[in-house]
Amino acid sequence: MATDARLPLVRTVRRPGLVPVLGTALVGLLLVWLAINLSQSPSAFFSAALIGLTLGAVYALISLGYTLVYGILELINFAHGDVFMLGGMISATFIVQIFGIKGGEGALTLWPAIFVSLFAAMAICGVLNATIERVAYRPLRNAPRLAPLITAIGMSFILQNVGLAWKGAEYVTVQTPTGETLLPTGQVFSIGGVTYTWNKLIVVLLTVPVLLALIWLVQSTRQGKAMRATAQDRDAAAMMGINVDRTISFTFLLAGALAGAAGLLYVLYFTQVRFDLGALQLGLVAFTAAVLGGIGNLPGAVLGSLVIGFIQAFNERLTWHSPGSDWTESIVFSILILILVFRPEGLLGERTPEGG
Amino acid sequence: MADDRPTVSAMWRNVLGLLGVDPSRWQAADPLVRRATRTAILLGIGFVLIAAFGSFSWTVFPVAAVVFALIVPPYDRLPFGRFVLPAAVLAIALAYPFYGGSLFGWPIFGPFPAMNTMVVMMVFVMMALGLNVVVGYAGLLDLGYVAFYAMGAYAVGWFASDHFAQRNLRFGATGVNPNIAGIHLSIWLILAIAGILTAIVGVLIGLPTLRLRGDYLAIVTLGFGEIMPQIARNGNDLFATGFNLTGGTQGITPVDPPGFGSWINRNVGLPDNYLSASTHTIGFLTNTVNVYYWTGLLLVLFTVFCSVRLRDSRLGRAWVAIREDEIAAAAMGVPLMRTKTWAYATGAFFGGIAGAFFASYKSAVFPDDFSFNISVFILCMVIMGGMGNVWGVILGACFLAYLDREGFANIGAWVNSHLGLNLDVPKYEFGVFGIILLVVMLFRPEGLIPSERRRAEFQVGVSDQPLYDVKD
Repeated sequence: MATDARLPLVRTVRRPGLVPVLGTALVGLLLVWLAINLSQSPSAFFSAALIGLTLGAVYALISLGYTLVYGILELINFAHGDVFMLGGMISATFIVQIFGIKGGEGALTLWPAIFVSLFAAMAICGVLNATIERVAYRPLRNAPRLAPLITAIGMSFILQNVGLAWKGAEYVTVQTPTGETLLPTGQVFSIGGVTYTWNKLIVVLLTVPVLLALIWLVQSTRQGKAMRATAQDRDAAAMMGINVDRTISFTFLLAGALAGAAGLLYVLYFTQVRFDLGALQLGLVAFTAAVLGGIGNLPGAVLGSLVIGFIQAFNERLTWHSPGSDWTESIVFSILILILVFRPEGLLGERTPEGG
Repeated sequence: MADDRPTVSAMWRNVLGLLGVDPSRWQAADPLVRRATRTAILLGIGFVLIAAFGSFSWTVFPVAAVVFALIVPPYDRLPFGRFVLPAAVLAIALAYPFYGGSLFGWPIFGPFPAMNTMVVMMVFVMMALGLNVVVGYAGLLDLGYVAFYAMGAYAVGWFASDHFAQRNLRFGATGVNPNIAGIHLSIWLILAIAGILTAIVGVLIGLPTLRLRGDYLAIVTLGFGEIMPQIARNGNDLFATGFNLTGGTQGITPVDPPGFGSWINRNVGLPDNYLSASTHTIGFLTNTVNVYYWTGLLLVLFTVFCSVRLRDSRLGRAWVAIREDEIAAAAMGVPLMRTKTWAYATGAFFGGIAGAFFASYKSAVFPDDFSFNISVFILCMVIMGGMGNVWGVILGACFLAYLDREGFANIGAWVNSHLGLNLDVPKYEFGVFGIILLVVMLFRPEGLIPSERRRAEFQVGVSDQPLYDVKD
């Protein structure tokens, strides 16, 4: 992203040693902690890992939206988490109010309803996200960098209040009368005290095709090529006949659609959504995942999401000296800060000048 | 006042036509006359609106006279003229407790703010001015400013309450029952401690992060701003050792009141402690909330003084240089890291003092007061008022703090009674702040009262591709 355009006016020699050593030590400690937990209770460890996989799948869908937008505009789209939240609310509306699913329906009623809700949520959120770009970010494309960032924060609060006005301050629930998830909860397998239930598997099963479709779209289609070209150099792309505005709109559409899909999966799996869900609880966690993987890097976002999902699940489920769910956000944000300070290019990203 | 523009705007021409004045004659008139006429017409419109939609009383006339006297005469030409307006505004603010309650009511917004709102306004003015140093002067977006505010508040919680009951230390504390254990220091001392403590925290946060580019820095500060309240919420049993640092969700309450002690009370007449008046206290200092207000006003004065002096100092010019072009600034020999860290520490210092003062006013510290929303709230004040301009930021902070405390409730009541709705307007407070951020950034990114320089930056653009590798 405009890497070469910048002259290395001042370049100091990087101090070797301390930072990598500290990083390695930290990762080593983490691995030791995991190993001790594994030896103490293997079944708890693997159960937590399976939950982490599911969490990671949901995070992946959200963090891809951050990474797509960042890759093309170098803008942290603060409003993205709130688009995800609205996606959850739209899905809840479709499933509960329009289709009237209350649990106990047969697969032939449940699955068409879920798929229609999925497409509705994806379509509405995609259009919403593209509209946000048109209204709030496009006029500021040549303004100082902080200007669109500030409008993104403003947009995030506006969307939260849309959710608040629409559904009120209480949780919107998507569940059976007994408070269970609508997804089938039967066992897929149960080995040595580790049970894997269908609802967890379904989240992963729904995520994978979406991710594959996205990778195909970005890697192999004309539109994807236009996106990659715009991300690399907007001016050069425009000179090559790419409609930059349309490509950016399309990227936001895509990111919004992913957020909508994530919203549906979230309400199906966690059964509830509230207006402030996207802003910080999940939005920033997913953003952390994107940064961890290397922002702007699609496989990196998925990898980072899985890592964050595992960390969260292990932190909340393991018993030996784990900080517990009270500290989940602190841990995630600490990771965010450490990554940004010590390895801004993330796990898979390339070293960019912005990093350092 | 755009008196010196060569053309008269179309709307204004219509107004002139309505009054039967020829635009060319208007242009030929003395600028003073033009300004006076214009102000008089606006005040007249104000009278009509207040009479129609507000609650009219005779007090509109003295208020109008004061506004007229502030705006119209060309004070700049007097010797020491540039001090006239600030001094007049200060006098008006100092005297507010004596007349504020008996003024007329605005349309829609209702009465003038009550005294406890004014105290909160002072706190937020201080915080907004502190953030203005970081965002406005140095151009570093800080989304975790609330962390400094929390730090200052907890400093008061630690050093002026019975929280650490196993220690027993007192130094200059007032209004504390001698049987209560814990650390009790004088609030005045703690204000300084809080400022220095938060400045140190600011430096500690800043040193590793300030070399990041603008939006990465914003995210890192946001992360700190989220971690701090979580530590506050969960800090009643750190590391499962039973060490209670923050009182958890219960917070720390009560906190000692400020005061000057019995000796000063007897001999000078200043209050012994703010919560209870003795017979020695000077008459108009017996009202608790008024005394807090004047204290807050003095702290604001201190903040304004520091802000203005810093802005014109060598350091302040270095901040502006970095904001406008990091590469050029570095090439001219501005030490980037040191200068940015100073901006951070200065902003944190004022945030800490404001937090400490607010905690002593509320007599409590709760972790729920320190959410991300507050950071955005303060950012909104700075952006709306005009980044980098002290007076704009003060105005933005006063207005938004007022809206938060009273304005939205008043507007909601007006809307519901006049339009027959049943809206809970204060609930959508942050939606309105979001709209303010959006609208200001889209249509007037320099803010309502911009600094000339900031306006030029937004209109002409700056080179904000910073260096990444420079370490000082």
